[in-house]
This record gives sequence, structure tokens and C-alpha cells, in this order.
Amino acid sequence: MSAQGIVVAGLRKRYGATLALDGMSFTVRPGLVTGFVGPNGAGKSTTMRVVLGLDAVEEGTALIEGRRYRGLRHPLNHIGSLLDASALHPGRSGRDHLLWLAHSQGLAARRVDQVIEQVGLIPAARRKAGGYSLGMRQRLGIAAALLGDPPAVMLDEPFNGMDPEGIVWMRGFLRSLAAQGRAVLVSSHLMSEVQDTADHLVVVGRGKVIADAGVADLIAAASGNRVAVRTTAGTAAMRVLAQAGAAVAAVGRDTITVTGLSPDRIVGLLNECTVAFSEVSPHRPTLEEVYLELTREAVEFRTATPPEEVAR
Amino acid sequence: MTSTSTPYRSARRAGRDGFAQVLHAEWTKFRTVRSRLIGTGAVPLMLVLFALLAGAGGNQQGSPPVPVGPHGGPVTDSFYFVHRPLGGNGSIIVSVSALRSSIAQGPGDLRSGTVPWAKAGLVIKKGTRQGSPYAAIMATGSHGVRMQDGYVNDTAGPPGRVSAESPRWLRLDRSGDTVTGYASADGTKWTRVGTAQVSGLGPTAQVGLFVASPSVAGGGGTAGSVSTATFEDLRTRAGWADGDWTGGQVGAGSPSFAGYPRNASGSFAGSGDRFTVTGAGDIAPAVRDSLPTGGHLRDLLAGTFAALIAVIVVGALFITEEYRSKMIRLTLSASPRRGRVLVAKAIVLWAVTFVAGAAGAILAAPLGERLARDNGVYIFPVSYSTELRVALGTAALLATASVLALSVGALFRRSAGAVAMVTVTVVLPYVLIALPFLPAGVAKGVATATPGAVFAVQQTLVPYHQVASNYTPYYGYYPLAPWAGFAVLACYAVAALAAAAVLLDRRDA
Repeated sequence: MSAQGIVVAGLRKRYGATLALDGMSFTVRPGLVTGFVGPNGAGKSTTMRVVLGLDAVEEGTALIEGRRYRGLRHPLNHIGSLLDASALHPGRSGRDHLLWLAHSQGLAARRVDQVIEQVGLIPAARRKAGGYSLGMRQRLGIAAALLGDPPAVMLDEPFNGMDPEGIVWMRGFLRSLAAQGRAVLVSSHLMSEVQDTADHLVVVGRGKVIADAGVADLIAAASGNRVAVRTTAGTAAMRVLAQAGAAVAAVGRDTITVTGLSPDRIVGLLNECTVAFSEVSPHRPTLEEVYLELTREAVEFRTATPPEEVAR
Repeated sequence: MTSTSTPYRSARRAGRDGFAQVLHAEWTKFRTVRSRLIGTGAVPLMLVLFALLAGAGGNQQGSPPVPVGPHGGPVTDSFYFVHRPLGGNGSIIVSVSALRSSIAQGPGDLRSGTVPWAKAGLVIKKGTRQGSPYAAIMATGSHGVRMQDGYVNDTAGPPGRVSAESPRWLRLDRSGDTVTGYASADGTKWTRVGTAQVSGLGPTAQVGLFVASPSVAGGGGTAGSVSTATFEDLRTRAGWADGDWTGGQVGAGSPSFAGYPRNASGSFAGSGDRFTVTGAGDIAPAVRDSLPTGGHLRDLLAGTFAALIAVIVVGALFITEEYRSKMIRLTLSASPRRGRVLVAKAIVLWAVTFVAGAAGAILAAPLGERLARDNGVYIFPVSYSTELRVALGTAALLATASVLALSVGALFRRSAGAVAMVTVTVVLPYVLIALPFLPAGVAKGVATATPGAVFAVQQTLVPYHQVASNYTPYYGYYPLAPWAGFAVLACYAVAALAAAAVLLDRRDA
């Protein structure tokens, strides 16, 4: 397995006083879409630059098919990447942008036209890239990543700036790349963007991995023994349950979650105190909640605590 | 979560990983951005435009022609001549017992001083037409006895200054086209100074005494001078009979002669074998200083200045734009051997700029020369090979400056800083050299040690040791030989490129 996909092991990097990467380690396996999520500043982009041999690290290794990037002869035949869709010359046409890249790998112009078709950029290909929308630039960036027909693809925030139609296209596209057996790594700071696309998640914060698991496993693990209670009398219910020693939190307009009490006990307590409720069930967290829970510690700059989030 | 699918195998077969591919990619990058093509296209345009302006600018139609010597170059041929026609072969002897000079310190203010190349002696010349063939032997202000011919040839004789106590006898013998000069301290024991083959003297030549007194160079300017010599013991022998001498100024109104200082004029007095002759001017090759109305190739290629700024901007932006847009990351991820990227960029830039510069210069130089000549402006003549060297040298200058800008751009990673830095190091010397008031030492330092030394490739003027002049870069005389000057810029560019390659490899992209 180590000779396939992307293997990142123990990356450590410091920018002045800031520790950007603090032992970052994970594996991107072929045939899967791996979501690479974490708040801004968690080290996702830095990790990707290290994988591409652009940034040096103090410790650790990043290997593609078992080899270091800077030792690859035709790197784009091994891994395609999109770091920044706006990293292009605005005066050059999209096709010419792909053309110089193709020439650097000894690829012919024919291959450029193939990838342009693949990402649906034919109508705009001969226009100056400076006039492209961010969504079109993302497609151009994807085309660049696919130029060498690589077995591994790494995309940094590819959903940024895409319209809903583009997002749907991107999801399908990433799924198809994985279905072809490619290793796909997609970063995002928004869990919602990757939850319907990724098979596997690497959640990072403050330069290290805080969770590395399949999407289903992660949700199951994160649900813990929390119980969701639907009630219109949320304040009363929270007071009653908190007095019984539970940790309670309001998660929606008429939903609270309870930790530390079984569903039976909750029903009993609410009935005793005549607090009306419509449903008590084991909590099924969304991936977003899992993510927030996992990264709570790791978020470096947080806004003030939302008002509906009440402490125990 | 173990993958069940087979890992993807790329259909792209790995071709050769050659430098040629990096080069191809950088060429594609260069040619697909219009602003870069416009910037490069501005190079020949600027060169031609400025040549046309320079060529059309001056109008000297109707001014007296510049005298040209037998060697084809411009000459100063203005002096006071006491002569008479003498046919066939013969010999003439005279002693010079005094040579005193005065230098103009201001309008009408003549003070006695030393004019090192003041000349008093014997000359045999085809006629009094300027530029005609001659041979002469003379005492000088401070360079001893000299034998000169053809305006550019100079042979040293016995050193020393003449005075009443130690006069110097001079002798010229003509035998066909062969003229031999002798010097003597006593008029009996002769030392041969030199022999000249002078073709075109004709059966009857003008022979006699002459006094010349060139301008004195110093402090970036020149001051007019006038000299008076005392001749004694004048006699002709061996076929040349005695006769009456007539005196007159040769080449009085000439572009290569600034004229007499105010309140001074040429004259001769005396009879028999004793004469006092006062004269000004010179018999020598004309230099930039003594022919101020003459232009030279460098003037016609003044567009180099504008072209230089264009190529510096294009060169720096070729890499700084990639840093600004962060496209450099794509470049370096496509070609992880970073040094190759920089070298490929340098080669593409150099080649493109060289072609543009060569096309411009090869077109501009003859065009400007033609226009200037049509307007009656004298252009210092150059051989075809020199003209080609200037054109190709100018192209190489521009190309190498753009590579320097690229390298500094890679070091700074900022357009403004790189453009400013290279402009200061290359264009500023150009401007400094164009300042007439810059002290000669500073100007020569700038033209030796800074990248501005490269402007020597446009040098077409030749300094002469026997002509005292301001041989400074301002006048078109550089301390380094053309390709040596180019090598200075090339060293800067290569050093900057090497430093940029090392840093590019070490720094995070």
C-alpha cells in the first residue's frame, strides 16, 4: 500500500514562531476520495505544498507512489494538483496556459484539447484567462491537474467560487476520478462541501491530524451517547435535565442534545416535570457537527460563543 | 476502508525528461503573453525611431566639408604654412631654436604655457588642399622630435625641448615617394628619425616650414592655443633651388579647426634663412573633440536607452509576474529541477531579445547614417565589420541586460524592486556617461566596473596618442575594449543568475 497513493509522514514545519505542521501524517489511498478538512490555518495548504516539493520541511516525508516529488521525472504523470485556481497569467488564454504546462512534460497540444473537453471549457479555452470566473478557473485548474493523466490528484479548495451547478459537477467528477482507481485528496474548510463526496476524511487542526477515518465511522464515533430531544419548551427541559446532572445544549430552534442520561431516563424526567416534548431519540450528528466538535480545540481564532449554546 | 479497486495506471507514457522540454515550456510561456511581445517589439522600434530622429535632427548642409585623409578618416589639416613648390627630388634643412605657445584662458586672455603637441618643423605636402598627402618632421612642445605622415602615423625622434641654447636641426629628403626625416643637434651629425612612403605627392610638391598649435584638453573642455617658432639656417639642397617663400593658413575655415584664439592670427616674418612663424591648428587625425559637429554610430543608436528600459521590464516581469500570481508554484511543480527553469527562462529571454535587438540595430545604424549624411552631417566612418560589431554588440547588450533583470527579479520576487535595481545599475551609468561635467576619473570608473561598461560595444572612435583630447566615455571613448566591456555586464548577469538559481532551489516557492 505504501507504494501507492500519497503517504505523508511526520511533517514538521515552522514559520518563525508559528508551528505550521506539527507531525502531520496520513495516507491517501487509490480509489477513494479523501477529504482533507480543517479550519483555515490548520496546515492543509502547507501540507499540499510540501507534497509537491514546493516547501521544505524540518522533519518528515511526503511520498507519491513511494517517491519524493522532486525526484519525479515527469511529475504531472504521477500527481496532478490544483493549489490556487487564480495562479495564472491573466493575459494568457486558458488553452495556452495548459499548452506551456503540456510542453514542460513533453505532451502534445492534442492532450491539451482532450482535458479542455473533459472539464467542459471548450467555449472559453481561447479567451484570456483573466476574464474567467472563479468557477471557470477551477475547471481550468482541474484540466491542468489531469494533463498528465496521473494516478493521484490533489486539489486545494476546489469548490471555492463555484456555482451550485459547478459544485454538483465537481462532486461527480471527483467521484469518477476515484472510481477510475485514482487517489484523490480534496481539501476544504467547509465540511458540507466534502461530506457528499468523500469516502474518507482526514480532519486536521493546528498542523496535525485529529481524526483519520471513514465518513460513516466518524459519524458513528462522534454521536457518542448523546440524545436528541425535540421540544417547544426547550428552556424548561434544559433546566430539568441539567438539574439531573446531564450536559445539555440547544442545537436548533426546537432541538436540544443531552449527554449523560439515557433516553428512558430523559422521558421519565420530562414526564415527571410535565415538560412537553415530541421526540426523544439517539442523536445522529451531521458531519458538520462532528467537524465542529473535533476542531473546536484546534480553531485558533474563534468568534464569540453563539448565544443559543448554553453551558451545562 | 481498504481499496478494492485497482490503482489507476496512467496512459501517458513517460517520455524523455529533457532540458528541451523546459525550454519549450518557457518559450510557449513567453510567446503567449501579448504584453511581452509588445515589449520585445518595442526594442527594434525604439532603435529605428531614435536613429531616424538623430539622423533627421541635425542639418549642416552648406557647412564646409570635413577634410578626409588618405586613410579615409576625418583629419585636422589646419596650420600655418610657409612654402613654395619644388619639383622632383631634393632636400630641405632648418633649425628650430624656439617654440613658444600661448593658451587662451578666457576671451582675449592669452597666457603663455606649454602645448605638448605644438608643432614646428618641415613638411612636404602635395598641395594646400586639406587632407592631401604629406610627410613632416617637427619639434614639439614636450614630445621631442617627431616624424609624421598620413595623419595617423607618428614616429618618435630625439627627445627634448628646443631653445636658443639647444636648437634642433631638422631635415626632410624626398626621393620619389620616399620621404626620410632626420634630426640633428648641430646641423652636421644627422640621426634618421623615420622613412615614409607617401604616394600621391605628385611631380611638384609644396615644401616648407609649418607651425601648428592644437587645442589643449583638460577639465572636460578644450582651450585654443597659438604657437610661435623661430627657424634659422633654412636651406634647400640636392636638386631643390632657392627661391621666395609664401606664407598662408591652410584650412582656415574647417569643421575640424576651432580657429585662432581671439586677438591672435597666423603670420610669418623674416627673410633669407631666418623666419619667425606663428600658427594654430594641427596636422593629425580628427577626434570627437576636434570635430564637434561630427556624429558617430553611438549617437545614432541612442534608442538603446529606451530599448534598455523595455527589455529590463520584460526580463524582470518574466519571473516576477509568476511570483505575483503564484503561478511559479505551478512552474516549479511541473519542473522540480528549479535551476533548469531559470536557465531556460534566461536562454529564451536572451535569444528573443538578441534577435529583436540585432534586427533593430542592423536596420537603425545604416538608416540613421544615410539620413544624417543626406543632411550634411558628418558621421565618423566605420568599417562594415565594426558596424556589424556595434549592431550585434548592442543586441547582446540588451539581451544580457534582460537576463540580469530576470535574475534580479528571481532574487527579489518583486517587479518594482527588480526593475528599479537593474535600471539603476545599467541605465544610470548610461546617463552618467552622457553627462559632460562628470569628472573623467569617475566616468572611466563607471565605464570599467559597473554594468555600464557594456556600452563600450558601441565604441567606434579610436584615440590617438599624438592628439591630446578628452578621451572620456562622454565623447565616445571607453576605457575597455568593446567585448571586454560586454564581458563586465555578462559577469554581473551570470553572477546574479547563479545567485538566483541557488536561492530558487533553497527557498520555499
